[in-house]
Amino acid sequence: MPPARKRKIRLVVALSAAVLLAGALVYTSLLSSNEAVTPSDLLAAKAGASYQLTGKVVDGSVRNTSSGVDFRVRDREGTTAVPVTYSGAVPDPFREGREVIVTVRKEGATFVGERDSLVTKCPSKFTEDATQRS
Amino acid sequence: MATVGRALLILALAVAFYGVAASIYGAVRGRDEWIASGRRSVYAIAALVTGAFAILEVAFLRSDFSFATVASHSSTTTPTFYKGAAAWSSQEGSLLLWLWLLSLWSSLVLFATRRQLRRVAPYATAVLLGFAAFFAGLLVFRETPFELLAVVPPEGNGLNPLLRHPSMMIHPPMLYSGYTLFTIPFAFAIGALITRQVGAADWIRATRRFALGAWLFLGIGILLGARWSYAELGWGGYWAWDPVENASLLPWLTGTAFIHSIMIQEKRGMLKIWNVSLVLATGTLAILGTFLVRSGILDSIHAFGASTLGVPFVILIGILIASSVGLVVLRRNELRSENRLDSLLSREAIFLLNNLVLVAMAFVVFWGTFWPLIAEALTGTRRALGPPWFDKYTVPLAIVLVLLSGIGPVIAWRKATVSNARRNFLLPAAAAFALGAVLAALGAADRPLALAMFVCGAFVVASVGQEFWRGVGVRRAMTGENPLAALRSLVARNRRRYGGYLVHVGMALLFVGVAASTAFNDARDVRLAPGQSVRSGDYTFTYERATSRISTHDGELEKISFGAVVDVSRDGRHVTTMRPERGYYPSRDLRGLGPVGRFFEGEATSEIGLDAGLRRDIWTAMTPDIRRLLPTIEEGDRVFAAAAGKLPPALEGQALGAALEGIVDKYLADRPQATFRVISSPLVTWIWIGSIVVFLGGLIALWPGPDAARRKVTARYAARVAEDLGRA
Repeated sequence: MPPARKRKIRLVVALSAAVLLAGALVYTSLLSSNEAVTPSDLLAAKAGASYQLTGKVVDGSVRNTSSGVDFRVRDREGTTAVPVTYSGAVPDPFREGREVIVTVRKEGATFVGERDSLVTKCPSKFTEDATQRS
Repeated sequence: MATVGRALLILALAVAFYGVAASIYGAVRGRDEWIASGRRSVYAIAALVTGAFAILEVAFLRSDFSFATVASHSSTTTPTFYKGAAAWSSQEGSLLLWLWLLSLWSSLVLFATRRQLRRVAPYATAVLLGFAAFFAGLLVFRETPFELLAVVPPEGNGLNPLLRHPSMMIHPPMLYSGYTLFTIPFAFAIGALITRQVGAADWIRATRRFALGAWLFLGIGILLGARWSYAELGWGGYWAWDPVENASLLPWLTGTAFIHSIMIQEKRGMLKIWNVSLVLATGTLAILGTFLVRSGILDSIHAFGASTLGVPFVILIGILIASSVGLVVLRRNELRSENRLDSLLSREAIFLLNNLVLVAMAFVVFWGTFWPLIAEALTGTRRALGPPWFDKYTVPLAIVLVLLSGIGPVIAWRKATVSNARRNFLLPAAAAFALGAVLAALGAADRPLALAMFVCGAFVVASVGQEFWRGVGVRRAMTGENPLAALRSLVARNRRRYGGYLVHVGMALLFVGVAASTAFNDARDVRLAPGQSVRSGDYTFTYERATSRISTHDGELEKISFGAVVDVSRDGRHVTTMRPERGYYPSRDLRGLGPVGRFFEGEATSEIGLDAGLRRDIWTAMTPDIRRLLPTIEEGDRVFAAAAGKLPPALEGQALGAALEGIVDKYLADRPQATFRVISSPLVTWIWIGSIVVFLGGLIALWPGPDAARRKVTARYAARVAEDLGRA
């Protein structure tokens, strides 16, 4: 077989394999991933489906329970909030007013957090600055 | 001084622009004086930024709250060591640290290569100065560390208590050293591509030590972050596949591939396109890593949404990708391989396979990290992938990688014969399978992936051990040295090779630790009252009693801690006593908070209980239930609010101290419940031991060998002779 033809066949095989792999990766990623949502998006949430919720912990909403903590999460810029029930230990930086990411599943009127999924954003890179700058 | 600091940065920006122009003009026109001037611009920037950084450091150490960044990230009660390190806990301080390290490393490499690579170095200088101009521009126009406050507060916010951990203070300089050092091979690769010198290996040799240094520093930075997470954060894990963690892993993976594959280019003149692509990708990923942390484009533990840095970074990364791809395509003829792969059973083939695995891992991590953006582009909604998805792909790849790291060092170059393979692999493979059989019989067969990692790890240790054993044997036969002296001279004569072997052993130990502690860890979250117990693995954790204490620093209340005494026993026998606690730091933000309540509304951090051992770690963290204290705290706030202004300040301070002591005593008297996380996890310590071995191996590989020193002396001697002859 001429080398040019051989190279062409190799290229076609390699590209086909790459396309197949990319397709498989997109498919498995879609199956394994949770929709990333804000509290407003969750108003139309389906029962039983999992979501990755991002928002701020509402001031005065944190209640310690026998198994963990209950709190409400609101939109970054807004007041729409949803209740979250979380079991287990919460991260150290978790507190009212701080931004959190948590994987939740709708059960009845509340959203149940998946164990170990609660992430509170690290305050090291940004401090909301109340001081007046010159 | 802030004005001086800002002026130094503006000057650094101007010098960077001048240096870029001078270097390119000198290179194009062949004018050495302009090239030298471009190089000296880098030294000048290093001096200017050192000055700016020193001004910022002094402001932090003196608690000069007229600097906005000092007021936001430090306080008079912050311990001195952390005051110094608090400079890079802010966005602007981090960027200044980045620029400072870049200028120092750039100066070092350009000084080291000032008499080499005459055609490549000016373009590399221009690229490095381009990076310096970008970061200096950000510091001048977007995020200045020298912003002053109109009203100077008497006290600052303080360094976040979570960051008060030695490893967390060293972590950013290490990461940034890794990132900035990776821009050096990138810059020289661009220079080599522009000047059509990319096929030669001299630019690789000149920057190899910097690439290795970048790999080592970045690796140490990543591991320090993991250690901090394990020891300081109250969740007991060390890796969460967070986008920012992934961002640091990406250049490390491609950098690992690159420092292996350049050996093939040096020895056989192969894989030139691959190598230069890896170098360029690694440099770009280092900038991408900084971008991910600083821009907030992806939801992450570390990221935040208020940054203004996204657009400049996207433009920079776009330029890097476009110029890299364009130059590689334009220079494809110069990048043709001089040789072909002789056999799949050769060191070249194993290195190539190792590269493919590393790049596949990098691709998986990249894909998973950027999946929210990819999914949004494909489906219109953001979607996120969790740790199980990452584990599904990276764990099998990591097993193959560890296996290859045992095969690579001992297989022959060009083509391995059957007898060669038998001689090198029989004993290590037999030892690994024997260990696997024993572990399977002991119950490890339930976790096949972990078992595979143990077998591969044992294979690496055995094959590298065999290499050392044989090398020492040969030296003893040649010189009659004792075993220790033979080992020392064996390593000293080929530091790069044996340092690399040690790195492989360290990585194998690290991965075995990760596999064991992931597959066989037993974590429980439970709420206990004093006297109650919970079991984790073979251990029983009993919450014996509550503890509480008030800590002060320089006469000021630092934190209030509520904790527990936890007895750990195994089969009824006492193993250890642990004292986890949670510390509450007073809030500096007094809006809406009472004088008592503010002590419970600030940051809270976990002090974990840890009993680490070679065989297993026992770990615990606790969250006290302070609900019963809330009425007392609210009552205290009411009383102090009513007495506000009626008591002299000294008396008010005493009364507040007494109130807090009363609250602490009440906590103990209530026999409070607490939520505990208890974990028993095998072989975690081997992750840290493996890291230290990797570090030592890296240092050995980096250390200049006697050959290099001899070459240097010979070169100096030759230069002197030439000079003398010229005078004669």
